[in-house]
Amino acid sequence: MELLNTSLPYLLPIVYAVAMISVFMGLCAYSVLAERKVSGWIQGRVGPNRTRLPLLGHIPILGNLMTGLGLFQPAADGLKFLFKEEITPGHVRKSYYYLAPIVALAPALTTMVVVPFGRYVDADGVMQPLVLANVDLGMLIVLAISSLGVYGIVLAGWASNSKYPFLGGIRASAQMISFELSMGLALLPVFMWAAAPGSEYGMSLFGVVQSQQSAWLGLWQPLSALIFLVALFAETNRLPFDMAESETDLVGGFHTEYGAFKFGLFFVAEYAHIIIGSAVFVLLFAGGWNFLPWLADPWGDGLIGALLSVGWFMAKVFFMIFFFIWMRWTLPRFRYDQVMSLGWKILLPVAVGNLVLNTFIIAIYDTLTR
Amino acid sequence: MATTTKEISIGDLGARSSEATHHSATELQGETMALNVGPSHPTTHGVLRLKMELDGDVVKRCEPVLGYLHRGDEKIAENMTYNQFVPYTDRLDYLAPLANNVAYAMAVEKLAALEVPERCQAIRVLCSELARISSHLLGVGVYGMDAGAWTVFMYTFTEREKLYTLFEELTGARFTTSYTRIGGVARDIPDGWLGRVLEFCKGVLPVLDQVDKLLTRNRIFMDRTVGVGVISKEDAISYGLTGPNLRACGVDLDLRKDKPYLGYDKFDFEVPVGTNGDCYDRYLMRAEEVRQSVAIIRQCIDKFPEGSYYAEDAKKIFAPQKSKVLTSMEELIQNFMIVTEGPQVPAGEVYFEAENPKGALGFFIVSKGGGVPYRLKIRGPSFCNLSILDKLIPGHFLTDITVILGSLDFVMGECDR
Repeated sequence: MELLNTSLPYLLPIVYAVAMISVFMGLCAYSVLAERKVSGWIQGRVGPNRTRLPLLGHIPILGNLMTGLGLFQPAADGLKFLFKEEITPGHVRKSYYYLAPIVALAPALTTMVVVPFGRYVDADGVMQPLVLANVDLGMLIVLAISSLGVYGIVLAGWASNSKYPFLGGIRASAQMISFELSMGLALLPVFMWAAAPGSEYGMSLFGVVQSQQSAWLGLWQPLSALIFLVALFAETNRLPFDMAESETDLVGGFHTEYGAFKFGLFFVAEYAHIIIGSAVFVLLFAGGWNFLPWLADPWGDGLIGALLSVGWFMAKVFFMIFFFIWMRWTLPRFRYDQVMSLGWKILLPVAVGNLVLNTFIIAIYDTLTR
Repeated sequence: MATTTKEISIGDLGARSSEATHHSATELQGETMALNVGPSHPTTHGVLRLKMELDGDVVKRCEPVLGYLHRGDEKIAENMTYNQFVPYTDRLDYLAPLANNVAYAMAVEKLAALEVPERCQAIRVLCSELARISSHLLGVGVYGMDAGAWTVFMYTFTEREKLYTLFEELTGARFTTSYTRIGGVARDIPDGWLGRVLEFCKGVLPVLDQVDKLLTRNRIFMDRTVGVGVISKEDAISYGLTGPNLRACGVDLDLRKDKPYLGYDKFDFEVPVGTNGDCYDRYLMRAEEVRQSVAIIRQCIDKFPEGSYYAEDAKKIFAPQKSKVLTSMEELIQNFMIVTEGPQVPAGEVYFEAENPKGALGFFIVSKGGGVPYRLKIRGPSFCNLSILDKLIPGHFLTDITVILGSLDFVMGECDR
């Protein structure tokens, strides 16, 4: 008992972390299902509807419904990746080749730590975020770590020692560099407003959400929101910006030489990045768990309130994921140089202009209200 | 119907090749990378292989390598009767087998100076136009897919599936139809089939509108295609392009209008002609041609002629009806002769080309009489259309190759024969 009490502070974070990763991986798996189902609906198809688990699938009405919705499909997909033969082509650089999928997935799982997904009211009546680590520099950590994800893609491209992945890797790195810039610049005005000097939250994501209780940032910083969203698509390598994959000309892009579970990791990483990206976008621009733009936080105290806030936040995130999927199955793909010129010639100047404009507005506002 | 001839210059072969080499000899920085695209690659729609030299992401040189799907169809044709070759024509442009069947049968009939009855002609017009719709739907859909818009492909493919059901009703096969015979078609149209064709026509137009909404004014799609892969009028003519690819360059040449066959002159339809000759124009051509084909089909069904679906008086060419074969001596002998010896076609040589979905599909037949061709040469439009690749592709981005190939809408089955 004594041992438990002393080790609890150390054990608890581990338990939380494991729980968080399980839930997160579950979300990734079901985003894949969502992608397949939604694309099916968009294209007038049915999508996966055959996989049936032994016991669950045979519950009278519910079993058929779940099968029809493809709810068991992620299990089948995951098992397929696990049990396929692990092929390592002879011409690859082995160590980097194995490292690449890990490097691709790890940043997404790491950024998850600082992303709050709800709030609760503690014993003193103070609102606290539901998050593994409420770091003051939350957003900076997200930006810093999530941009490491590109190393996975670039490594995969180089390590494959083959031309198509190589081209994919090069495109991915160039694209990341160009969009990282405008993404960061688009975020600056947000924090200039949300984390004004002297505010207690700094750059933590919880603070940004709390500052949106009156109005969502997306509504009065629409330009930032738009730039961030476009950059997000580019950063997550989703169509219309999937230069790294571009399957019609680069076959499979950076993961052409990957198969089985190593490909599975890339696959999960893509969706992990989408989920994190959606969550960050919701936190920054769509009010996080705040109910509606001018109707903040009606969730109340206690466990119910906390759960409601998590639910509402997740609903917004799911909508964002849906948006990602929707775009992918609607739009054609940009050409590589067009992506570059969009990043450098349009997004970057607009982001800088937006920043300057906001600086002036804040300066004038501060002068007038002082 | 009086035909007018048009001035077409094929240019000087030597000048053409020297120009093509000059084109690629622009200045380089650093090293180039040799990249082999195909024969098995998602962008090549089959087994086209491109040997390319890349400078960064820009293609410096491109050499198409053909022949991965070569079957020796032309030689095979010399060893079988005219009717036995019909299934081989299915495999030419396998996205529009019915149109190939028709073109081939018409070539042999031209040699035999045989005129098929009006009803047969109408059936063949329907076949050709439905095949055109089928081919262009796939052309537009795959083109969208090449540009990254998968959904377009699924929409058009759904319509093609309906077409295949119609083909199945008509011919008994969904894909390899083998429908025509020399002097007619294999069987009459089934009951109520025309109504179902009209129903299909009604359904295909809204899908085209959907594709229109998804692609035509889509900024990304336009960025990808406008001004990409521009073919000049002169080049198009000198490289022997035909079909929508030629018309996109602004050359108004459609064999259905210019050398009407199958009574195409009776139908009121327009031939879309492009202005820029770029990938975007080629997409517009196909989308519009589907609409025109629908118009032709409607007119055709509106006045669908009664009568026989084969040339009854061509006793030595079209095998008699089975019911007669079993009861009458003369017909039995006729049937025996046509099945064993083949349709009797006089000696001579003939060239006939029809406006197929991909361009002018031509058959050149040399006959020494009897039921077997002495020599049969096929002019595959895809083959001629692809000949421009080594001139067209250099200078474009690697990603553009996908769009350019998609816009040329070729089929390797016809290219390699």
